[in-house]
Amino acid sequence: MKKIKNTEIVDTFAEAFEMWASRLIVTAESEEWALAAAKSATGFATSVIGCKCEAGIEKLLKQEETPDNRYGVSILIFTMNAKSLEKRLTERIGQSIMTCPTTACFNGLDSKDSVNVGGQLKYFGDGYQIRKSFLGRRFWRIPVMDGEFIVDEKFNIQPAVGGGNIILLAKDQGSALVSAQAAVKAMQSLPNIILPFPNGVVRSGSKVGSKKYKTLPASTNHSFCPTLKGFVNDSNLPDKANATLEIVIDGLDLESVEKAMLVGIQAASGENILQISAGNYGGGLGKYKINLNEVLAKQGEG
Amino acid sequence: MLLKLKSTPEVPIEAPTICTDRFKARKKDEIKKFPIHHGNRECSIDDFFEVTGEYQEEIKIEGDLSKVKLIGAGMKEGKIIIEGNVGMHVGVDMKGGEIVVEGNATDWVAPRMSGGLLTVKGNAGHMVGSAFRGEKTGMTGGEIIVHGNAGNETGGRMRGGMIAIGGDAGDFSGVDMHLGTIIILGKTGIRQGAGMERGTIICMNQVEPLPTFTFACSYQPLFMRNYLLRLKELGMKIDEKKINEVYERWSGDSIKLNRGELLFINNKSLEKE
Repeated sequence: MKKIKNTEIVDTFAEAFEMWASRLIVTAESEEWALAAAKSATGFATSVIGCKCEAGIEKLLKQEETPDNRYGVSILIFTMNAKSLEKRLTERIGQSIMTCPTTACFNGLDSKDSVNVGGQLKYFGDGYQIRKSFLGRRFWRIPVMDGEFIVDEKFNIQPAVGGGNIILLAKDQGSALVSAQAAVKAMQSLPNIILPFPNGVVRSGSKVGSKKYKTLPASTNHSFCPTLKGFVNDSNLPDKANATLEIVIDGLDLESVEKAMLVGIQAASGENILQISAGNYGGGLGKYKINLNEVLAKQGEG
Repeated sequence: MLLKLKSTPEVPIEAPTICTDRFKARKKDEIKKFPIHHGNRECSIDDFFEVTGEYQEEIKIEGDLSKVKLIGAGMKEGKIIIEGNVGMHVGVDMKGGEIVVEGNATDWVAPRMSGGLLTVKGNAGHMVGSAFRGEKTGMTGGEIIVHGNAGNETGGRMRGGMIAIGGDAGDFSGVDMHLGTIIILGKTGIRQGAGMERGTIICMNQVEPLPTFTFACSYQPLFMRNYLLRLKELGMKIDEKKINEVYERWSGDSIKLNRGELLFINNKSLEKE
């Protein structure tokens, strides 16, 4: 087995899926308000299984990087299909961004496909909304109680990759947390990706379906649960592993997801991380199989 | 391709054939024979212009063209650079591409324009982007940028697009306006927005709104930042303070739909402060 800083890299693959994504640029009078809107818009969006979409903050933007030269935050939102993305964008922009004082929301993606978002939110203006066409794109000025909410009519969307992941098998929970946080910090510096779970880390990794409850779409990934190591016969944990954490990555393209996995593996590896593995469903569900060793080899780290 | 005016004509020339779309895929010798009208007499381009080079998506024209009308008529793509003044109706029916006038333009810059960018680096005459007399609609899209002053009735009956005047504008800007945006960085004449239905007129200086306009509020119009940043990108001098300034919003014209807006900085109230 390949090793980085004493951490074994398991010869396995992360199974990732085709998704659709959009990038929103949220701007506001201050970074505080822009972040407030962004956090609200990306809240309760960890997994499509229960939240209908996956979302996260991609990065903070400098004033000169935003369309109106105000403080900004870039958000990525992922769903399983384009139609659903239109609904989620309309809901989240309408409920979390339009409601937040001083904000505006702009399309931040350059692609050929788009969905109608501002064109639906305009009805909140009750007929008092004003349309403006500018540089080949339309935006809407919706009257609100602190002035106007500015929103692009169309938001571009593109095929994307969801569900890239790495799983850290640690000696103890403390070491798992430290390594996971180091990995998240390194991965979050990269463009085109988000880590949709709390602080970028998920402890309740799941498998498809359930062994016992047939109606469940997903249940605990028992092979990686340390408390079940002596009980189940298909545990993936080595003897000394007592805690496992997973980092899930959604990205605008496969290359960005692979890059994030590589950076995450490098940052997480260390003495107390026994192995780094990945979650998959046998390869039968997702379009992409991202082999950990191939990721390392591709980037010259194998 | 370079067109050099041989001598200033005594009566106006109408030259709608001097246009990128018409020059496209044509050889120099064919272009030279394109018809233009000198008064009521049909001539060809090479009667008045020295033509050099082959057309490669750009036409440069030199000389005092203040008596040459209709340059760039119906243009859809490419670029025309006029190294001097230009006559009436430059960019009429323009749908795309770019026209740059290095000098002044006379009346009726880009009537019926629906797309593209037309820049006048000097002053422009009356009726910038306005409808022709008897027509219901002026420009419907695109951008007209005048770095200097403009005359009366800028954006009359316009239905879309943006007109920006870097200097002062005359009377009746946005008269009978249906839609679109007019931005005047300098001072304005009287009766801005008379008869406007919808659309936006932004003035960086004091305006005396007509009695048929109603004060709404003083606020910082967020959408305006996008326009001002765009103008900055196009080389206009924008005072940073004015991007964040408080503007008065007046609704009008109540003799029509009353859905238009007049935004201006109230210098009087600023002086009081």
